Amino acid sequence: MSILVITEQTGGRLHPMSLETLAAGQQLGRQLGLPVRTCVFGKSVAPLAGELAAYRLDGVVALEHDLLESYTADAATAALEWLVRESNASYVLLPHTYQVRDFAPRLATRFGRVLLSDVIGWSKDGEGIVFGRQLFQGKLNAAYRAEGGPVFVSLQAGAFRADTLEPGGAPVETLAPPMEGVSIRQQPEPPFRESARAVDLSAADLIVAVGRGIKEEGNIPLAQELADVLGAELAASRPICDNGWLPMERQVGSSGQTVSPKVYLAVGISGAIQHQVVMKGSKCVVAINKDANAPIFEIADYGIVGDLFEVLPALTDAVKKAKG
Amino acid sequence: MKILVALKQVPARDSVLKIDSAGRWLDESDLSFEINEPDAYALEAALQLRDQQGGEVVVLCAGPGRAVTSIREALAKGADRALHIEEDALGSYDSLSLGRLLAAAAAAEQPDLILTGLQSDDLGSGQSGVVMAELMGLPHATIIMAVEITGSGLRVKRELEGGWFQHVSMPMPAVLTIQSGINKLRYATLMGIKKAKTKEIRKLSASELGVPSEQGAELLRVYAPQRTKQTQMLTGTAAEQAGQLVEKLRFEVRAI
Ligand SMILES: Cc1cc2nc3c(=O)[nH]c(=O)nc-3n(C[C@H](O)[C@H](O)[C@H](O)COP(=O)(O)OP(=O)(O)OC[C@H]3O[C@@H](n4cnc5c(N)ncnc54)[C@H](O)[C@@H]3O)c2cc1C
Ligand SMILES: Nc1ncnc2c1ncn2[C@@H]1O[C@H](COP(=O)(O)O)[C@@H](O)[C@H]1O
Repeated sequence: MSILVITEQTGGRLHPMSLETLAAGQQLGRQLGLPVRTCVFGKSVAPLAGELAAYRLDGVVALEHDLLESYTADAATAALEWLVRESNASYVLLPHTYQVRDFAPRLATRFGRVLLSDVIGWSKDGEGIVFGRQLFQGKLNAAYRAEGGPVFVSLQAGAFRADTLEPGGAPVETLAPPMEGVSIRQQPEPPFRESARAVDLSAADLIVAVGRGIKEEGNIPLAQELADVLGAELAASRPICDNGWLPMERQVGSSGQTVSPKVYLAVGISGAIQHQVVMKGSKCVVAINKDANAPIFEIADYGIVGDLFEVLPALTDAVKKAKG
Repeated sequence: MKILVALKQVPARDSVLKIDSAGRWLDESDLSFEINEPDAYALEAALQLRDQQGGEVVVLCAGPGRAVTSIREALAKGADRALHIEEDALGSYDSLSLGRLLAAAAAAEQPDLILTGLQSDDLGSGQSGVVMAELMGLPHATIIMAVEITGSGLRVKRELEGGWFQHVSMPMPAVLTIQSGINKLRYATLMGIKKAKTKEIRKLSASELGVPSEQGAELLRVYAPQRTKQTQMLTGTAAEQAGQLVEKLRFEVRAI
């Protein structure tokens, strides 16, 4: 019985959520009295294994193979299947990144197991561990109990804090998964960006961000006017950019830009995790939403429950007056 | 080319969600339902591919009787026929046994391409497509923003984090999970709605497919999230709320 934490790296750098997951692994290890091992996989990942070995862990595995050089779901699944069997893990923790979404359901299915995805935390009761995850994009939560093992769990961004990681030391082992006979059907090309970003939202002091509550393209000027009087950048949630109402470069979220302005005004945005995760570091979050239960209020410093079509013009007026 | 689209019916966006008396799911009595958002984009992607390449689009939906309205909507938009795994107690299927159910129905069709949404709005597991791919022994790719048929198979555009993308090629048959916003959705025409009435919806049952429900992960209870942050709620008329906010932003946050 042990806990295996699978980390993620690209181009020799650990994904920041790797350390959050490692912190979660340490916590679960303490609660269950189980040893915790971690692994980093790729072509040559020894330096990263060295980084991970600076934490209090029972072992670090550098899982290396030429076929792991650029990520493919088939190679990652095969290599990790071997490692999970080899390490006889009872819990396998992963960060809920886009890459993990791509291979982890396949990995768990190979063991005939369920993947508990996007988990936000857990508690221990008499019978074992109860995992929490969100339903309806964060509007409700649900508690799950997993039967049997290994239990595969991916953790939501920000659910655990990397700064709670206990330093220490761990032995490093380099292993090569046997990949003979594994057919890798995906042929990946190098990652690219769509276009140069003309707008750097990360440098903005004030951001007015607009979501689907704005209803139609013709209403965007309402938010633009507020942004103008405030001297703020206008930004948006994904659906607004998908619809082409604002350019992609103004999208805030896990697929868009990360921001931490002095003030982030979320207007008609529900606050799904993919939006929250990159803006909750803002110094002050203001939420304007007609639904008092919208998840955005969970991270707001100031909240206005109301119709944005009344609140936005009133706010524009009030700012104008204040600025004289 | 035969394209299968897995389509789920979920509570309409902006629904008021009430937990049921057992605390195990929602009280569905006052809810209206719609096609899961990314699934609508998956359907549109399938229709566009069929219009280019020829072939047929088959909708696959597991859900209770009410799901027929969403199936009809997909047929009205142009899907050729549908498979409806009619099951009231889908809640007793965990993500793996649900994947088995969908895979069993899909395998019998031997499609060239299976499209699913990248995640369902209600459960949000983000897994069913990938689980199906594994069970069916097919290659897959997730969070897809463009699909191109090439001589030897597929070339797709995967979304990565932080505004990055990547092209990936793979042979067919394959499973792709489609991201919202990949295309512009069409509306059903009057003609389409009329035609849909004559299109085949084949009913399947879980027992016929030979897939029992399992609870490898059991949903114990549903509950409202606890608020951790102390949000200062500003009340009054819109003008009063706006006035208070500007005060706060000027004198407490010192941002204006
Ligand atoms: C892999 C992946 C990546 C993603 N990446 C991103 C990303 O980078 N950025 C992003 O934003 N999303 C992203 N998403 C989508 C995300 O999950 C949500 O679907 C999205 O953020 C919702 O946008 P929204 O809040 O504008 O819309 P909705 O969730 O529809 O919310 C609209 C809100 O407006 C409110 N409202 C409606 N009318 C009014 C009114 N008159 N007055 C006041 N309030 C009103 C409603 O109460 C509701 O809360 C991603 C999803 C996935 C699965
Ligand atoms: N009951 C269902 N019937 C048909 N397709 C489904 C069902 N549940 C999930 N799917 C498909 O799988 C995708 C991912 O769902 P999920 O794994 O629940 O997040 C959805 O977008 C649908 O395309």
